[in-house]
Amino acid sequence: MTTEKYSKVQLLGFYNTMVRIRAFEEKAAECFIKGMLAGNIHLSIGQEAAEAGAFTAIQPKDYFTSTHRGHGHAIARGADPNLAMAELFGKKTGYCKGKGGSMHIADIKNLNHLGANGIVGAGQAISAGSAMASKINGDDSVTVGCFGDGATNQGSFHEVLNMAATWKLPLVWFIENNAYGVSTHITKITNTQDLASRAIAYDVPYSIVDGTNPTDVFEAMEIAMEHARSGKGPYLVEAKVFRYQGHYCGDPANYRPKEYMETALENDGIKKLGTRLVNIGTTDDELKSIMQAAAEEMNAAVMFADQSPYPDINEVFEDMYVTDNERCVVR
Amino acid sequence: MSKTITISKAIGEALHEEMVRDENVFLLGEDLAVMGNVYAITKGFLEEFGPNRVIDTPISEEGFVGMAVGAAIRGLRPVVELMYDDFALECADPLFNQAAKIRYMTGGQCNVPMVLRAPMGAGRRNAGQHSQSLENFFCHFPGLKVVTPCSARDAKGMLKSAIRDDDPVVFLEHKLLYARKEEIPEGEFTIPLGQAEIKREGKDITIITWSREVNFAMESATALENDGIDVEVLDLRSLVPLDWEAIVRSVSKTHNVVIVSEEVKRGSYAGEISAQISEDLFDELDAPVERVCGLNICSPFSPILEDRNFPNPEDIRNAVKRVLNK
Repeated sequence: MTTEKYSKVQLLGFYNTMVRIRAFEEKAAECFIKGMLAGNIHLSIGQEAAEAGAFTAIQPKDYFTSTHRGHGHAIARGADPNLAMAELFGKKTGYCKGKGGSMHIADIKNLNHLGANGIVGAGQAISAGSAMASKINGDDSVTVGCFGDGATNQGSFHEVLNMAATWKLPLVWFIENNAYGVSTHITKITNTQDLASRAIAYDVPYSIVDGTNPTDVFEAMEIAMEHARSGKGPYLVEAKVFRYQGHYCGDPANYRPKEYMETALENDGIKKLGTRLVNIGTTDDELKSIMQAAAEEMNAAVMFADQSPYPDINEVFEDMYVTDNERCVVR
Repeated sequence: MSKTITISKAIGEALHEEMVRDENVFLLGEDLAVMGNVYAITKGFLEEFGPNRVIDTPISEEGFVGMAVGAAIRGLRPVVELMYDDFALECADPLFNQAAKIRYMTGGQCNVPMVLRAPMGAGRRNAGQHSQSLENFFCHFPGLKVVTPCSARDAKGMLKSAIRDDDPVVFLEHKLLYARKEEIPEGEFTIPLGQAEIKREGKDITIITWSREVNFAMESATALENDGIDVEVLDLRSLVPLDWEAIVRSVSKTHNVVIVSEEVKRGSYAGEISAQISEDLFDELDAPVERVCGLNICSPFSPILEDRNFPNPEDIRNAVKRVLNK
């Protein structure tokens, strides 16, 4: 048996975040199925360990971009579930006043959350642009671009990584590889086993970690963040994760062999971390009470979202332009 | 006091003054640092402002325009240069799905105060992929402002306004205007976006146009004097925001309209303006609005063919006579 090098408090920190992400996502799915919210939602269930681990290594002064599958990033960063859920519901009280929805949650001023993005790969350039701003401003913040396996096959991955490496931008790309782009398995469309290894082409360091283990991800990200912060340029971390749901909530994922989920459940991050916690003296009751608290928190978020008002119809034109908005939207 | 300088020099002055005024302004694009831009607009900038603010990029338009969006969200004011506006097709996503939409999608949480400068237009024998006028394309996407100056004074004053504007602005510079020498005021001045200018007053017909075609419209107007036709030329100067009030005033006076642009006619912004006039000012019109645009073809190389593909003064004269039935 290996000795646990993390304290109970540290592990409970990861555990709490992971459980809260899952609780948020399960509530969101439930609301979607009940018809309480419209549109598409893409769930992070199965990717919680990676997200909790990564965001523990990201400091408050750092920035990040997120993706269509971005609820987990927001929760891991400390987003208010009420405001996130209200955004999913298209309510005025949501993070984006109901104008963005699930795929566009952002909290730029308070969380340095530069935005989730509906275009796969679009956050690569935006994250590098933010890193460029840090370099120009001379501050010591790092920007983390979060994206999935699918985004590594966009041209911008290569264009932007080349520039970020050449100009030594304080940038970390955190890739959650869940092996599926909608229905297409990564091995059918990509010739390398790993994705972060493409960094070699740009002389950029990288690491590949088990994304079901939050402390492995945390440690890899700590190294990456330190590298980027010290002026050495970008760093890539690839976390191998599982996507329990289909691409979107409601996708039965019939394209997947049943072994995928069997393996996923055997490696469930929350379950494995629970075992680690029990091994260092945590009781089942303590774990249950964390789950209970998360469920109550997310129930309250649903209640908040459900009871919040929709935007006023007159807000439809607002926020398109900073100046001269009225004239610019009329003609 | 005034001075006579080329339009490219006027643009360079605007960039220089704004970079001196605001340290958040920086330049990003192909061959603008060491070489100082294809038209020498930014010559000497690298030496003066340093490599953090004058940045030569690789040929990666999607990448560097997207990076400008990220930097702008963080509060910097990138002025990005495309070597040709045709390359906007290479960076369509960062421009149209990101820069234009991020403010709205986030419920107004951020501004994207960037400027995309792009040389546009035909007549330089650059063939199908380096000669387009894509105003319609830029104007389609809410969130962007679109500026199309013709004169040296406007190029300088409006570029300074564009850089100070908190919205993303596409600033279209006609390639064949760069070398024109014109008189502009000495010292610093700005010209607001969204104000059309009557370049020539007239009572019989309004020619609505922008960019290089303003000069052709003025030539036509002079020639039409001999035919006893009194032409008003309205230079829109910016397409978004559109100075609709100026259009209303002019059309209500002349009751006849020709709209001139270098765009491919099908789907042009000229057509959009025509539709708005037909919808809202129908009662003011004595005749249908006519568009004089480029042809519905790929821009040809051979000079004899290319010159057929953008409105020349004679095309404009003929259109005016058709509308007035003269």
